[in-house]
Amino acid sequence: MKVDGNNGAICVPATPGKNAIEVRGVRKVFGTGEAQVAALDTVSVSIRENEFFTLLGPSGCGKTTLLRLIAGFDFPSDGEIMLYGEDIAPLPPFKRPVNTVFQSYALFPHMTVAQNIGFGLEMLGKPRAEIDARVAEMLKLVRMEKLAKRRTSQISGGQQQRVALARALAPQPKVLLLDEPLSALDYKLRKEMQIELKRLQHETGITFIFVTHDQEEALTMSDRIAVMSSGKILQVGSPRDIYDRPAERFVADFIGETNFLDARIDSIEEGRAKVTLKSGATISATLPDGFKPDGEATVVIRPEHAKAVKDGGDISGVVENVVYFGTDTHVHIRLDDGETFTVRQQNARGAGTSFERGQRVGIVIGDDAAQILKD
Amino acid sequence: MATAAEIEKQAEAREVRNRWFLSAPALIIILLAASGPLLIVLLYSFLTPGPYGDVVWKFSTEGWVSVFLERDIFDDTLSFAGAHLTIFWRSLKLAIMATVATLIFGFPTAYFIATRPERTRDIWLFLITIPFWTNLLIRTFAVLQVIRNEGIINTALINLGIIDQPIQMLYTDFAIMVGMVYVYLPLMVLPLYASMEKLDFRLVEAGYDLYATRWQVLKRIIFPMVRPGVIAGSILVFIPAIGAYVTPSVLGGGKNMMFANLIELQFGQGRNWPLGAALSITVMAIVMVALLVYVRNTSGSEARHG
Ligand SMILES: Nc1ncnc2c1ncn2[C@@H]1O[C@H](COP(=O)(O)OP(=O)(O)O)[C@@H](O)[C@H]1O
Ligand SMILES: [Mg+2]
Repeated sequence: MKVDGNNGAICVPATPGKNAIEVRGVRKVFGTGEAQVAALDTVSVSIRENEFFTLLGPSGCGKTTLLRLIAGFDFPSDGEIMLYGEDIAPLPPFKRPVNTVFQSYALFPHMTVAQNIGFGLEMLGKPRAEIDARVAEMLKLVRMEKLAKRRTSQISGGQQQRVALARALAPQPKVLLLDEPLSALDYKLRKEMQIELKRLQHETGITFIFVTHDQEEALTMSDRIAVMSSGKILQVGSPRDIYDRPAERFVADFIGETNFLDARIDSIEEGRAKVTLKSGATISATLPDGFKPDGEATVVIRPEHAKAVKDGGDISGVVENVVYFGTDTHVHIRLDDGETFTVRQQNARGAGTSFERGQRVGIVIGDDAAQILKD
Repeated sequence: MATAAEIEKQAEAREVRNRWFLSAPALIIILLAASGPLLIVLLYSFLTPGPYGDVVWKFSTEGWVSVFLERDIFDDTLSFAGAHLTIFWRSLKLAIMATVATLIFGFPTAYFIATRPERTRDIWLFLITIPFWTNLLIRTFAVLQVIRNEGIINTALINLGIIDQPIQMLYTDFAIMVGMVYVYLPLMVLPLYASMEKLDFRLVEAGYDLYATRWQVLKRIIFPMVRPGVIAGSILVFIPAIGAYVTPSVLGGGKNMMFANLIELQFGQGRNWPLGAALSITVMAIVMVALLVYVRNTSGSEARHG
């Protein structure tokens, strides 16, 4: 049986353009012998020019390690990294046209805000007049003109964040690496800076590689996301792809809330499959790229892609709990086969469909709602 | 009945009393051990030398005059005390050179230790302090064994056929310098290490990231941030170096004197205690001025940070 991979789950049609960074079969092993840890286990990924690319994954999955390899602070144990088609292995970090916004900001405490921002240009040997002009421009870009003469210890966390950004952008790198730059900020400031970052990326046209463990941040900001787990990249795609078409259980689980249902595959055609759920209901589901069918499969359905109804539906169960969230309501349902299923319904004033505990309900699964997992 | 304000006042008074009471031992020690002897030295410098050492209680400025000037024994005319000035200059020069040399050797050493994994740092520090366990005199004689004409270096060079006459290293200023660098190196390494250990090495990476070469990172990031350690280490080396006694007497061979040897001479064979006292105070003044100038110049505008 030929499986057609043209479902867009992994191979997103490329926005035409060059690859800024190509990571080819990179492994990174720390330690020796028994204590060996593979921080990166054969990672390959291409990052396009001018794109806002996000590495998303839980703490310890190897995101920082990958950035450090690109920046040149560490060297791959295996594989190669190309910058605009050229292997950067022989370049020390101070010769790579790549700048980093460090998680800790790493601002120089013995310099002023302006001196910090001008440091990279100064090291590149630019003339004083050019440095001053560029620093002024950067200060304006991050709205810090008034604090140029301050020491970095005399400004707030959000302001330090801006200085770190301006400092990394000032030398006009080809690629900007951002290692969880917003994780130290409080919620409101973080939201502001998310918008600010998008604006900066748009205005400068620099390729951003952004690291986060916050799925919401990744979904709202990125052009494309690579989901990482235990040193591997599991899936690369646009936020929509990642959210709607997760290829693996980890991806589906890590991003948003998900219902997992066991199913049997009846037939496959054109990248879609007819599957029979445990309840006996038959639905249509999208297949992931590179799927090797063996009869059994797990189907994922996002809570908002299903609908609870009073009668009928594809599957049925009993309402266990109803949680009101203002904009929407989560209905937790115990299916007849014992599994749990959550449905998220948008709230509207006057809409009569409310559910109560213990009530029998049916669940309608939308036509394009179900996705089959690779594993 | 006492008002709240009165009670508070009493408590405050009690606290002030306690503070003085608690710091009294320290104050007494400082007074007795530091200021007391200093005052006695100052007093002696204005007295007249006794015939067999000691002083006679008669005011005289002769001690101070002979720090810088020499009185001709025949016609009583004054001229510059060239010998003293040579010794001043040598002491100052050797102390500065020893400080710079310990900094040059100590900086990479401290950096090396500070960049080791945390577990192994203690071992390195321990190794650095081992020489402290041995008496200064013995360590100095060890240096003598290495650099003397029949010592390891000369023997090796002659056996290798590189030279055929031993190089005279012992009893030179060079020998004194080597001895002082060897003896005072830990005094430089330890404070340097203390400030490097606190150094945030992510700042070093940030420097590399912003196109700074290794040398620029050292000069623009590491050095300004460990400046307190450099200052502390330099002071710790410079002060004992300028007052060094054992090293110049063993390795300088009595002919290349330094301050301390000159002072010792006045209290010993010279039997001129007031001159010895005046010389001691002169050294102190020189050290203080040197430190003031040094600290002024090194704690520039860039060094003001946490
Ligand atoms: N210098 C190192 N030495 C040993 N192990 C390391 C080192 N750096 C990272 N690791 C390990 O590699 C894995 C990935 O780390 P990291 O890239 O920092 O993860 P993330 O940034 O995604 O949280 C972790 O298990 C971590 O313990
Ligand atoms: Mg990290």
